[in-house]
Amino acid sequence: MNKRRPYVRPMDGWWRKNPYFVEYMIHEATALFVAAYAAVLLIGLLRLAQGEAAWTAWLATLQGGWAILFHLLALVAISYHTYTWFKIMPRTMPPVIVGGKKLAGWVITAGGLAAAAAASLALLALVWGMAR
Amino acid sequence: MKRPLKRSNAPIFWALFGAGGMLSALFGPMLVFITGLAIPLGLLLPADTLSYSRVLAFVQHWIGKGFVFAVIALFLWHAAHRIFHSLHDIGIHAGVGAKLLCYGLALVGTVIAGYTLLAIGF
Repeated sequence: MNKRRPYVRPMDGWWRKNPYFVEYMIHEATALFVAAYAAVLLIGLLRLAQGEAAWTAWLATLQGGWAILFHLLALVAISYHTYTWFKIMPRTMPPVIVGGKKLAGWVITAGGLAAAAAASLALLALVWGMAR
Repeated sequence: MKRPLKRSNAPIFWALFGAGGMLSALFGPMLVFITGLAIPLGLLLPADTLSYSRVLAFVQHWIGKGFVFAVIALFLWHAAHRIFHSLHDIGIHAGVGAKLLCYGLALVGTVIAGYTLLAIGF
């Protein structure tokens, strides 16, 4: 018996044809760096639990060339995640009504980015203060 | 069809995705900068910022414990959800196996982080 072979439009690389989807795939791909960085921290936590020698060795591996390169890429990727997270937030959160009017999208984005900047500075100040 | 609607588990995963996305958006870049660049390269922060005794004391405090747990666990759940849903976009049929693998890895990481933090003590 013949198998019916309907035409299936090939979907390989569909997202490369439209800049909107290229951006979408890039911002989805930032998750790979979020996962990898969480894994780095998890290994650090395990090394910490193993004692001082293991912890110091882990800190030394962070100074290696590949580790620095990875963290540079992760910094770019996760910063981009921050930007896109707040850029699409007007569409991912329920509408906010202020004074009977819907809050404009750019206000939500700007507010989110300002919160991220404040959180980053607070974290840096906290670490700096604890280290002194 | 008179069957009662099946409850979906999607909201749980979506909530974890959202919480992790928010936490990584707020603190992710600075965390990467501090632990991955500033301290290894000796920029800006004192070289002994992450000394064993200091980090141990931080992680033994319940606030530090909670922060480290939230960062590791929620970052993992965020990434697992996003990667799982992107499999379809790159032409991989994401079935039960892929779901178990993505969320399972996040769960394993969460359990290891929680267990280690408790083992380190207070």
